Order: sequence, then structure tokens, then C-alpha cells
Amino acid sequence: MSFSRIEQMFARLQEKGEGALIPYIPVGYPTAERSEALIRVIAESGADLIELGVPYSDPLADGPTIQEASQIAVAGGAKLSTCLTTVKSLRDSGLNLPIVLMGYCNSFLAYGLERLACDANAAGVDGLIIPDLPSTMAKSWVDIFEPHGLDVIFFLAPTTSEERAAAVVQQGKGFLYCISVTGVTGERDTLPDELPAFLKQVRTVTNLPLAVGFGISNEKHVREVIQYADGAIVGSALINVIRQSSPDKLESEVRRFIRELKQATCLSETRV
Amino acid sequence: MDGFFGQYGGAFVAETLIRNLEELNKEYIRVKADPMFRAEISKLLKVFVGRPTPVTPLHRMTEQLGGAKVYLKREDLTHTGAHKINNALAQAVLAKKMGKRRIVAETGAGQHGVAVATACSLLGMKCVVYMGAVDAQRQAPNVQRMKLLGADLRLVHSGQKTLKDAINEAIRDWITNVGDTHYLLGSAVGPHPFPNMVRDFQSVIGEEARSQIMEAEGRLPDCIIACVGGGSNAIGMFSAFLNDEDVKLIGVQAAGDGLDTDKHAAPLVKGTVGIVQGSLTYMLQDEDGQILETHSIAPGLDYPGVGPQHSYLKDSGRVQYTAISNRDALQAFEYLCRTEGILPALESSHAVAHALKVAPTLPKDAVVLVNLSGRGDKDLDQAIAALDKMKQSEVSV
Repeated sequence: MSFSRIEQMFARLQEKGEGALIPYIPVGYPTAERSEALIRVIAESGADLIELGVPYSDPLADGPTIQEASQIAVAGGAKLSTCLTTVKSLRDSGLNLPIVLMGYCNSFLAYGLERLACDANAAGVDGLIIPDLPSTMAKSWVDIFEPHGLDVIFFLAPTTSEERAAAVVQQGKGFLYCISVTGVTGERDTLPDELPAFLKQVRTVTNLPLAVGFGISNEKHVREVIQYADGAIVGSALINVIRQSSPDKLESEVRRFIRELKQATCLSETRV
Repeated sequence: MDGFFGQYGGAFVAETLIRNLEELNKEYIRVKADPMFRAEISKLLKVFVGRPTPVTPLHRMTEQLGGAKVYLKREDLTHTGAHKINNALAQAVLAKKMGKRRIVAETGAGQHGVAVATACSLLGMKCVVYMGAVDAQRQAPNVQRMKLLGADLRLVHSGQKTLKDAINEAIRDWITNVGDTHYLLGSAVGPHPFPNMVRDFQSVIGEEARSQIMEAEGRLPDCIIACVGGGSNAIGMFSAFLNDEDVKLIGVQAAGDGLDTDKHAAPLVKGTVGIVQGSLTYMLQDEDGQILETHSIAPGLDYPGVGPQHSYLKDSGRVQYTAISNRDALQAFEYLCRTEGILPALESSHAVAHALKVAPTLPKDAVVLVNLSGRGDKDLDQAIAALDKMKQSEVSV
């Protein structure tokens, strides 16, 4: 049995006692011209898996930061096809970390699911994160993507019942995306007190790696999350770093931020 | 499958909302069969909303058109002035039974926002209404009404600043406050169970109209016309006649500046199938699946999607969907005022405009029923300005 790039990555980190750092960035942001180079900087500064956003006009699960970044990317002409060529180009230049596309149902439907499955596989995409595709609606989608080696990654929320969680994890591949809060994406000062209990509960029903997203804003949060989970997903905070950097310092600021976060995933002595 | 009309519908939403939607569906199915709940809603509709609303024969219009006899179903006569109150009250009562204390809602023309604020005031619930900044500007009287009714009105400046963007923000609020909050969706759109629930709460329109027209004419109408944005007034009316094959059903969307321009809001005429705001349905999108901007002079029709049951009814051919331009809607707005003493909402004026086209082509013994979904007080400033502009441009040509 062959292992997917995502599985191999989590297994390797687990051996080392590290958590995975999973940065999110929409393709085409901050500009069409700088996007690919910036993704490469993120990959080379310590990202273990990259979540590439497919720019969408109406990103409902996202807060204002990602919404704005996504709309800038749309206005700059970024499309799903741009995401696929970007991944292909990154792969051609030797980048070997797992890459998943995060996009809304309608972007994928408009492209055509069969066509996407073939093209994404050919480009070197490892999986798909689709925030408006709950597991109960997903069977026909999974049936198309799985034969092409694409993991469909499902979400668990604090509002997911135990009964439902047990069903969701049956369908999950790659890892489970655990939402830290009831809410949309966006930076937050503190993580909810209930998070550890939620993650421990999920552990009891699955062996899949758990990655936590929504509100993970700094190295302190990453350190906190890695105690209970296998990965930390950072989106809005990264976009804010990009937004606040002057164009000439963009890459160095992003490099510094990603390195800082990656270090926080290596402090494994407190993992439970 | 549950929540689908053919291939359309479903619940394409964030995982965070699933539990809430499941609970809502369960509770909705329970109360639908509960005589106590039905009695409570019926009573409120009678003593608070003023139902039944009449059907009014339009004698002068019928005579002038020289064809079919035209009737209006007068949802403009409900308390707060539009069919929206039927659904708002019923959902608010349901939400309160579910232990929710806070209601979020979106509004386009403002009639749904006013209805929700009214229901919350009546039931003592907290009310937050999201409204596109552009819509707030063109519906100023309703903005004042909502505030007076105690609603926390939040203007939305993202996107196109109209109904779609207000729905996006209401959904985000709901995701964040899902524990104590009910999202009181105002049209038969969105994820399951909303399209079913809103249709059922609006079906009172069709049920009343059916027996009223039977009483007036001794038979069913030949043709029923209703405007379709999200499509709640239309589906409420149509639902009572779906099995009557001889009754022709027509849904009228907004052609805006014209169907040959990109400034319209007619997904059932010019759209393609996709997923918008939680359900699979006809929508206006570009080839990359980005949701397109829409345009209509009627803010309640200015929406890129449509209720999934309408998509199904389009494909099955049971309902015929067409579109009316801003210009024709404005002329109908003025015509109904002058001829019958009734001031229609700009949304409803689209249905009236289509009746003006259809009635003369039918025999004198035919009966056309138009759903007048709301009254036009809210539209006065905008409609008068647009009519003046239209007349000036005619003069200058």
C-alpha cells in the first residue's frame, strides 16, 4: 500500500515529535506577479504542508481578512486554473511538501469535478479542503477525487455531535481539520478553553492526524495547539503580516514569521 | 434525498452550522404536525397580520386591457405591508420554542427586515438585521422603521452592498453565534430545511387565494403570475396549485436593463447551475464560478440565486419563468396606481407588468391571478425619480 504525501509528512513529524505547520495563502495574493515566489518562501521557511486558497467571490466561512485577500486575488485574475499552474510550477522547481487546495464548492463545480480530479493530480495537488462541503453531501465528490489520489479533508467543529464526528472521521483522509471556535476565520487574542477537551474527544474516535485552524494567530497559539493536535493552520495572521509589510520587505517578513511559527511546533516535550 | 428537489437544494454549509440545521429541521418537522403550533400561527396571522388578505378584481384594468379578467392577491394589505411577515412570524415563534433568544436576518428591500423586527418586538427577542449599504440608501423608510422597532441594523459594505452580501454577513454572524441565535432567512433559498420551511410558511397565500378565487369565479384561475427574486411569495402562491395541471404558473424575474446586457437578475432565464449560499440551484456566475453582480430597480429581486424548488420547477416545465425590465416594471407601478388606486412594491410591479402583457392575449372568460407581494410606500422616492428620468429621456429622444 502506498502512502500519500500527506500521510508520510505527518508520520515523519510524529517520529520527530513535531507538529505540522500549515500556512494558508490564497493564490494570486498579494499580487498575481508575487504570489508564486511568496508561496515558495513560505514552503522553504518551515511550512510542512501548504494550504493554497482558490480565490472566490463569496468565501462564507472566512472572516474579513481572508475575504479581502480572496477578493484582491479574484480582481487580479486568479482562478482555479491559476492555482493548478502554480502548483505545477512549484512541483517542477522541486518543491516536494504536500499541497492542498482550499476552495468553495462552486469554484470546483464550475471547473468540472472530473476534470479537476485529473488536472489537480497531474499538477501535483495532494488534497482538497472544501469548507462548504459537509461530509453528508460529499459522497459523490469523494468518489470522483479519491481514485485520482486526492484526499478530501473534512472538518470537525465544536458543534459537531459525537455521533456525527464518528461518521465524519470514517470519510476523512489525510487529516481532520478541527475548527477551534464557532465562528469564521480570523485572528483572535486567545484560543477557547474548551479546545483541549474537544481535541481529546476527537482523538478517541480517530487515528487520523488532527490539524487545528481558525484563530491561530501567533507562536504562542501554535505551541498551545501542538500540545493536543498534530498540526496548526495559520491563515489570517499570515495575510496580516503580508498586508503590513512594505513591498521590499515582504519576503523577509514572511520568512521571519513562518520560521517563528515553525519553531513553536518543535517544542514537543509538553505534548500529550 | 432529504432536502433536494430533483438535483437541486441540499445543505452546502460550514460544518459548524450542521448541528443547528439538523436541530432546526427536526423541530420544524415536529411543529408542522403539531396542532397547537398551527393554531398559534393561524391566530397570529388573523389577529396580528390581518389575514386573510382579499383577492381584488381589477375592473378598470380588465376593461382597458380587453382580455382576461385580472385579480390581485393582496399581500400588500398584511401588517408591515408584504408577504414577508407570514414567514417571519412563524419562524420567530419556532425559534423561540427552540430556546433561541437572538434572531439574525438579512434584508434586501427591507420588508423582510421590518417583518423580522416586528416579530421580535412582539415576541420579546433580540434582533440583528444585515442590510447592504446600497439597499439601505434606496429603502430609507424601511431603515427608519427597523430602527424604530428596536432592531440592531448593521449595514454591509462588502461586495456589491446588496442582498447577497447581507446574506453572507448574516450567515457569518450565525456561524459565530450559533448557540443562542436563529438565522431567520427571508426567502425560500439557502440550505435545507429553509426552502421547505419558508415555502410552507408562505403557502397560506396560495391556500387562501385558491378558495377565494373559487368563491369569486367558481373555478380555478387560468394563469397565476408572481415575481421571483429568492422566490418565497411565488412558491407560497404556486404550492397550492402545483397539482392543477390546467393552471398555468408564471414566475417573473428581474430583467433589469435588459437580458441582453449584464445588468439583470434573472438566473432562471439566463443562469447556470451552481452552489450559492448553501444550495445547488440556478445562479448567475462567470465561467470560473465567481458569483456575478446583479441589477434590478427592485432591491428584493436583486439577487444572483433563486430558491432550489424553482430550479426544479423550471426543469420540469411546471412553471414558466420569464423576466421584466426595470422600465416595464416602473410603468406597471405607475399604471396600477393610476388605474386601480393600488401602490405596488417595485418587486410586485414585475408581476403586474407581465400581467399587462399576458391578459390582452387571453379570452375574456379567462382569469389571471397576480400575486401582489407587497406595497410600494418604501419605493416612492426611488420610483418617482426613475419615472421622471425615464420620461425626460423620452422627451429628449
